[in-house]
Amino acid sequence: MREKEIDILKDYKYGFTTDIENIKAPKGLNEEVIRFISNIKKEPQWLLEWRLKAFERLKVLKEPDWQKPKYPKIDYQELYYYSAPKSFKEKPKSLDDLDPKLLETYKKLGIPLQEQKRLNGIAVDAVFDSVSVATTFKEKLTEKGIIFCSISEAIQKHPELVKKYLGTVIPITDHYFATLNSAVFTDGSFVYIPPNVRCPMELSTYFRINASDTGQFERTLIIADKGSYVSYLEGCTAPMRDENQLHAANVELIALDDAEIKYSTVQNWYPGDKDGKGGIYNFVTKRGICKGKNSKISWTQVETGSAITWKYPSCILQGDNSIGEFYSIAITNNHQKADTGTKMIHLGKNTKSKIISKGISAGLSDMTYRGLVDISSRANNSRNYTQCDSLLMGNKCGAHTIPYIKNKNLESNIAHEATTSKISEEQLHYCQQRGLSQEEAVGLIVNGFCKEVLQQLPMEFAVEAQKLVGISLEGSVG
Amino acid sequence: MREQLLTDFDKIISDSKFSNNDIEHKRKSLNKFIENGFPTKKNEDWKFLDIGRIIDKNIGQLDFYNNYSSQNKIDTSIFVKGLEHNKIVFVNGRIEKIDLKHEENNKIEIKEESKSINKFNNINSLINLNNALTNKHYTITTKSGYSLKKPLIIYHSTTNSIYKKNINLRLDFKLEKNSSLKLIDYFYDDSNDNFLNIFYSFDLAKDSILKNYKIDHKDNKNLKYSYNHIDQSENSLSETFILSSGSSYLKHEINCNLNEKYSSAFVNGILKLDDLKNHEIKTNINHLNENTKSYQLVKSVLGKASKAAYQGKISVNSIAQKTDGYQLSKCILLDKTSEFNAKPELEIYADDVKCSHGSASGSLNEDSIFYLMSRGLNYEQSKELLINGFLLDVIEKITDSETKNLIKNTLGLKE
Repeated sequence: MREKEIDILKDYKYGFTTDIENIKAPKGLNEEVIRFISNIKKEPQWLLEWRLKAFERLKVLKEPDWQKPKYPKIDYQELYYYSAPKSFKEKPKSLDDLDPKLLETYKKLGIPLQEQKRLNGIAVDAVFDSVSVATTFKEKLTEKGIIFCSISEAIQKHPELVKKYLGTVIPITDHYFATLNSAVFTDGSFVYIPPNVRCPMELSTYFRINASDTGQFERTLIIADKGSYVSYLEGCTAPMRDENQLHAANVELIALDDAEIKYSTVQNWYPGDKDGKGGIYNFVTKRGICKGKNSKISWTQVETGSAITWKYPSCILQGDNSIGEFYSIAITNNHQKADTGTKMIHLGKNTKSKIISKGISAGLSDMTYRGLVDISSRANNSRNYTQCDSLLMGNKCGAHTIPYIKNKNLESNIAHEATTSKISEEQLHYCQQRGLSQEEAVGLIVNGFCKEVLQQLPMEFAVEAQKLVGISLEGSVG
Repeated sequence: MREQLLTDFDKIISDSKFSNNDIEHKRKSLNKFIENGFPTKKNEDWKFLDIGRIIDKNIGQLDFYNNYSSQNKIDTSIFVKGLEHNKIVFVNGRIEKIDLKHEENNKIEIKEESKSINKFNNINSLINLNNALTNKHYTITTKSGYSLKKPLIIYHSTTNSIYKKNINLRLDFKLEKNSSLKLIDYFYDDSNDNFLNIFYSFDLAKDSILKNYKIDHKDNKNLKYSYNHIDQSENSLSETFILSSGSSYLKHEINCNLNEKYSSAFVNGILKLDDLKNHEIKTNINHLNENTKSYQLVKSVLGKASKAAYQGKISVNSIAQKTDGYQLSKCILLDKTSEFNAKPELEIYADDVKCSHGSASGSLNEDSIFYLMSRGLNYEQSKELLINGFLLDVIEKITDSETKNLIKNTLGLKE
C-alpha cells in the first residue's frame, strides 16, 4: 500500500524526476555517498568526519512519530543525496509547458513574465539580468565586510568561522531529520556580519548568484557579531517548481552581544493538487541562539505551500536581556497539513519572548500550532506572551492548538491565549453589501486577521504576502 | 513486580466468586498491564508526573493483595460536621458503612457486583490494573425524577495498618432521567506510601445533573490516581470540582463525552501545594454533538519545591457545531523551587464554534502587596489575602452553597 502511494507520488509532475544524466551520487544513504558528497565539494577532513559522526548517530535514531500529519514512510535508500544542478536541457522549454493553474496564480500575484520563467528554471534572455543586479549588491556588502555566500564557498574561504559555529545550535545529536541534514547537506547560505555593522539591505537568497538548486538538504548559517544587525529573507511568494519531495533543511542563527537577526520566510512550495496528490514535505529545523547579552532574534513566517509543513523555528535565549520573537501565518487548504509553532527557551535573566501565531485552515486540511515556552529556574524576571488564533473555513478541516508551558521561575510570567473562530456571516454580509465579491470579502477579512504578522514582514514582501494570503484561500468559501 | 502481581492476582481470584469468563477477562487486563507496566514520562500523558519513577523511588515493591475479610473500625471523628449528609465509608478499600437515611427508599440503589465489565478496556495501563485487580464493584443508581435531598459523601479513608499496598476501587454511577446527585469524595489518610487507584464511571441520562466534589486536604504521603469517565446525554449537566492539596502525589483525570446536544460540563479545580508535592489535573472534554458547552477553570498556588501540572484538552467533533468551550489555568508560584507546567490543548474539527483557552503563571503581584501593606497589613497577611482572593474565584463557581461553605471552611477562607 505504502509503496503504491510512493509510486503515485513519484509520477507526480513536480515531484521526483530521477531520469537525469548529470553527475549525481549513487542512490541510497551510506558512508560512501557521504564521502562522495564531501569529496566532490572538496571539503576539509574535519567536515567529512563531522558528517560521518552524524551518520553514525543517524543509524541509531528513529524517525519521530508524534506529529499530527502522518505521511507515507520514506525510503531513504531510494533517494539521491547529491546531483549537480540541472542543465537547461531537462527543464521546461517555455511557459506553455507549465501547468496553466500555475500561470494563473503568477498573473494574480503580478509576477513579471521573465520572473516566471526564472522561477521555473526556463532559460532567460539577456534583457533580464539578475546576475548583474546581484553583483552590484555584492560589492556593497564586501565594502562593509559582510560575508554572504553559499555555505560551500564559506567552507573553502572562511573555514575558521564555519568550524566555530556550524552545529552549535543544531548539534549532530539532534532529532532524525536534523541529523540527516548534518550528514548529507549539499548547500545553503552563509552570512557573517562583522561587529557593529548594520547590514544596509535585506539579504535574500534571491540575490545569491548560485542560489538555485541548493537541493533538498539545505544548510543555512547566519552569524551576527557584536552590535550588528541583519534582516534575511528566505523563499518567495511565487509558487516554486521543485524536483525534490522531501525537504529537510537546517537553519542556524547565532546572535552575539547586542546583535539582532530578523529572519523572514515566505514558503509557497507546491502543495499537491486538489485531491491531495503530490506536494512537498517540508520538514525543516530552524533554531536561533541569542548567545550574547541584549541580543534579539525574530522569526517571521508565512507558510502557504507544501503538502506537509512541519517546523518549529525556535529561540534559545541564553544571553541576559535577550529577546525572541515569533510571528507566523500558516494557511492550509485542500489536503494540506501543517504542524508548526515555536520553542522559546529562556535561560538568561530578563529574557523576553513573544509569540503571535495565526492559523487558517480550509478545505480538508489540518492545522496545528504546537509550541513550547520553557522558563528555567535561572531565568529571573523573564516574560512570555503567546497568542495563537485559528480561523476555520468549513467543517471538514481541523485546527488544533497544543502549547506546552513550563515555568520554573518565581519571578517570571507567562501568559497564553488562544481562540478559534470562523468568519462571521455578519462580517461577510457587511463587506458584500459594500460591493465586494465573496472572495474579495474573505480575502479582506483574512488579511485583517493576519495583519499583526504581515506588518512584521519587510515592505516589499508584505505586499506580495498579502496577495498570497487571498489567493491561497480561493475557492474555499461557498 | 511481575511475580508479585501474578501471585497476588491468584489470591484475589481464589477469594472471589468470578465466573470463568470474568477471570479470563481479568487475566487479559493483567497481562496488558504487565506488558506496559506503570506509565512513565516517556508516555506523553504522563510527561509531568512520572508514576513509574515515583513508585520505584518512593514506594518500591507494592503489595497488590488486600484481605477484605475482616472488618475495619470506622473512625467517626473524620465525618464532616455541620452538614447533613448520606455516607458511604471505605476504610482501606473495604466498604464499611452505607448510610442513606436522608433519602426515600428505593430511589437510590447501591448494588454490589462481582461481575467484570468489559467496557473501558485499555484506556491506560492503570485502568487495566484496576480492571484486573478489583474484586467487586458498586453500581449506584439514582432513579428517574429523583433528586437527592442531601449530598452523598464517600469517605475514602486509610489507616496506618496498611503500608506499601495498592488499593483499586471501582464505582459506577447511573443517573436516570431527570435525576440529580450531589457527590462529595472526601479523602482522609492516616497511612503512607500506598498507591490508590480509583476509577469512577458516570452515565448521565437525559436532563440529569451530577455534581461531584473531590476533597483531598489532609497531608499524607500516598500516591493517588483518580479517573472519572463521564458519558452525558441530552441536556444533562456535570459539574466537577477538585480540591487537591493533601497527598504527596495525585493525578486527577477526567474524561467527559458530551454525546448529545445541550449537554454541558464544568470542571473547576484548585491545586494548593507545598513540600515536594506533585499534583496534576488532566481533562479531556469531547464535544460530540451540537450545542454542547464546557467550561474549565484551574488555579494553582505552589509553595516550596512543589510541582503542579494541568493538561486540558477540548476536542470538537466535526458535527459538533455551536460548541462553546473555554479553558483557563492560572498559577501563582510562591517559591523559587516551585514549578508549573501546562498543556492546554484544542483539537477542533468544526467551524461554527467558540473555543478559547488561556494560561498564565507568575508570582504574586508586588504592586498589590504594596497596596495592602501601605494600608497596615504585614507582608504575610497581604500575601494570604491575595491568595485567598485568587482561590475564591474558583470556589465561587461551585453551585451548591452547602458544599461551597464546606470547602471554604476546609481551606480556612473567610467570607
